Amino acid sequence: MSQLTAENRVLHWQHTRNLMTAHLVVWFLFSYVVHWFAPELNNIRFAGWPLGYYMASQGALVAFVIQLFIFVKQQDNVDRKFGVAEDD
Amino acid sequence: MKGDFIDNLPKIYGLYTGGFLLFFALMAWFETLGMSADTIGILFVAFTIAIYAMIGVLSRTMEIGAYYVAGRQVPPVFNGMATAADWMSGASFVALAGGVYMGGHAYLAFVVGWTGGYVLVATLMAPYLRKFGCYTVPDFIGTRFGGKLARLCAVIVLVVASFTYVTAQIDATGTVAARALNIPFEVGVWFGLSGILVCSMLGGMRAVTWTQVAQYIVLIVAYLLPVFWMSIAQGFGPIPQFAFGEAVSRIMELEPVLGVGTKATEAVPGLAVLTTLHATPGEGAMAAWKFVTLVACMMIGTASLPHILMRYFTTPSVRAARSSVAWSLLFIFLLYFTAPALATFSKLQLLDPSLPTAIIGKTIESVNSLEWVQKWSAIGMVAVRDSNGDGLLQINEFFLRADIIVLATPEFAGLPYVISGLVAAGGMAAAMSTADGLLLAIANALSHDLYFKIIDPKAETRKRLLVARFLLVVIGAGGAIVASMKLTGILGAVAWAFCFAMSGLFFPLVLGIWWKRANSEGAIAGMIIGLGVGWWYLLAVRSGMTPWLGLDHLRFGIVGASASLVAMVLVSLLTPAPEKEIQDMVDEVRIPRGEAVLGSAH
Repeated sequence: MSQLTAENRVLHWQHTRNLMTAHLVVWFLFSYVVHWFAPELNNIRFAGWPLGYYMASQGALVAFVIQLFIFVKQQDNVDRKFGVAEDD
Repeated sequence: MKGDFIDNLPKIYGLYTGGFLLFFALMAWFETLGMSADTIGILFVAFTIAIYAMIGVLSRTMEIGAYYVAGRQVPPVFNGMATAADWMSGASFVALAGGVYMGGHAYLAFVVGWTGGYVLVATLMAPYLRKFGCYTVPDFIGTRFGGKLARLCAVIVLVVASFTYVTAQIDATGTVAARALNIPFEVGVWFGLSGILVCSMLGGMRAVTWTQVAQYIVLIVAYLLPVFWMSIAQGFGPIPQFAFGEAVSRIMELEPVLGVGTKATEAVPGLAVLTTLHATPGEGAMAAWKFVTLVACMMIGTASLPHILMRYFTTPSVRAARSSVAWSLLFIFLLYFTAPALATFSKLQLLDPSLPTAIIGKTIESVNSLEWVQKWSAIGMVAVRDSNGDGLLQINEFFLRADIIVLATPEFAGLPYVISGLVAAGGMAAAMSTADGLLLAIANALSHDLYFKIIDPKAETRKRLLVARFLLVVIGAGGAIVASMKLTGILGAVAWAFCFAMSGLFFPLVLGIWWKRANSEGAIAGMIIGLGVGWWYLLAVRSGMTPWLGLDHLRFGIVGASASLVAMVLVSLLTPAPEKEIQDMVDEVRIPRGEAVLGSAH
């Protein structure tokens, strides 16, 4: 495991910040953007659903769940890479 | 013994789940032998409360760490279940499906908001607060920003938000207890409160954690089992959540034929006819704006609610705290993605003339002869009128109270009463677990932050824990008194709690972690101005002011939180940067490795 140097701390925080931003962009898409266009999306059928209704009743929720499990894995990788992860 | 318990958690709760299902099967069998519906309801509620009480008593403790943060040894998956129970209130359990049934697409803003908030919790808050090692949310504010005033402000915001919320939960336990046990509501409230206190008083966070896990299992079984059963009985397939798209499309076809959207020509107090389209959003930018602002309030509120954040103080590590948020969301998702399916199927059953359960378009006489219509009409939850005198039931002649959808849908499908008993136990579990988390959050903030950190820092352990318990009882009693006055509706109070929390706490918490330059003066300004402006706006809108940009009383948090952000940034920049010590502390919070910032015995 690499040492906890000042440089590593800086790099770790940079990567953490970027990861946070990336996930909040995805979150913003599924929380707001898709619902803003719900009337238009409703004209599309997705496995029987009007897509706008699907996104609000299920699609966005599924996206959040998957996203969080991925985030947990990614953040853990970042922590390990810069030697700031807790001991297993 | 303690180590044994943690190691054996899957086995213990596995047995518990099996036992609960067995109890359910037993009740179903008793019903076929002729046991009365009332007795089944009483047995369900009494049996589950007895189990929670037993867990509460077994988890009693006199250690500070166990009382405040369950000894920080709750594994992520179990903490996820406890958080899910903590999170899903009586309102989620009882009112959500009914809201989707009546409110259509617009109401789904609650479903999206109450799940997506966890993305904020995981990315911005939980792991860092865990690393900090605090006992309560004001503990973080007080230490990060320094000074008793900052701590006191955080305590005030916490109490305002959580107390608003807890009265709604005690109200819900009272309602369920009153209905299941056939006692007056005023007695039900106190009965519910004693159930809640027995889970938390002796063991604090440790007891609440293990009862919440048990309550999650009961509430999720009680929510999913009737839906699966009904879906199979009605031929929609075993997992209706993935198959209700066709049903949505069918409802959209039927709506113009049946005239959904026509207002009722008479009024029945407390009940409503269906006038909102199921899946079609309102027209124009204002409807979209209302949707996204409600989503924003619920999400940012989620990430600011102390009773949720403090659950992540109980995990063994920062990594565990983070993964625990993902598990929480998964367990919450199971209920929230079922609610729209339930609402859709129950609507289709009433509307679709090709199904035997349909009532719209049938003769008034035949509808009035249905058993469930008679039963719910008798207690004033359903009303059938023949406004136009043609002898047939139109869509705008069928009145109901939205809250009953979860309870009544199994009856549309003709399921046995044992399902209603199960659902009552689930509603009770949902309301009790949330009330427990909230009461504990308030009592802990007052005992740890106000009493120990501000009033009497020399108090010994025993005294601190006695004060904590005493406060728990006092606040619970206060909540019960307010609840029995029935001041606000359940859902309104819940939305207000979210808005209060986000107005006062969101930015002080986020900027405390993500902006080193944030200082004590800024945080104090953020909390006071945020809560003050939010509160003022709520009162102004309630007393008749035209809302700004359509931000009504459910969305006042947007105004409060914006004021809080501006105040906090401005005041921080106008006053000196925090000392180096504090800035180093923030650096420590940002990496998982190493000791918690606050020692274990603070």
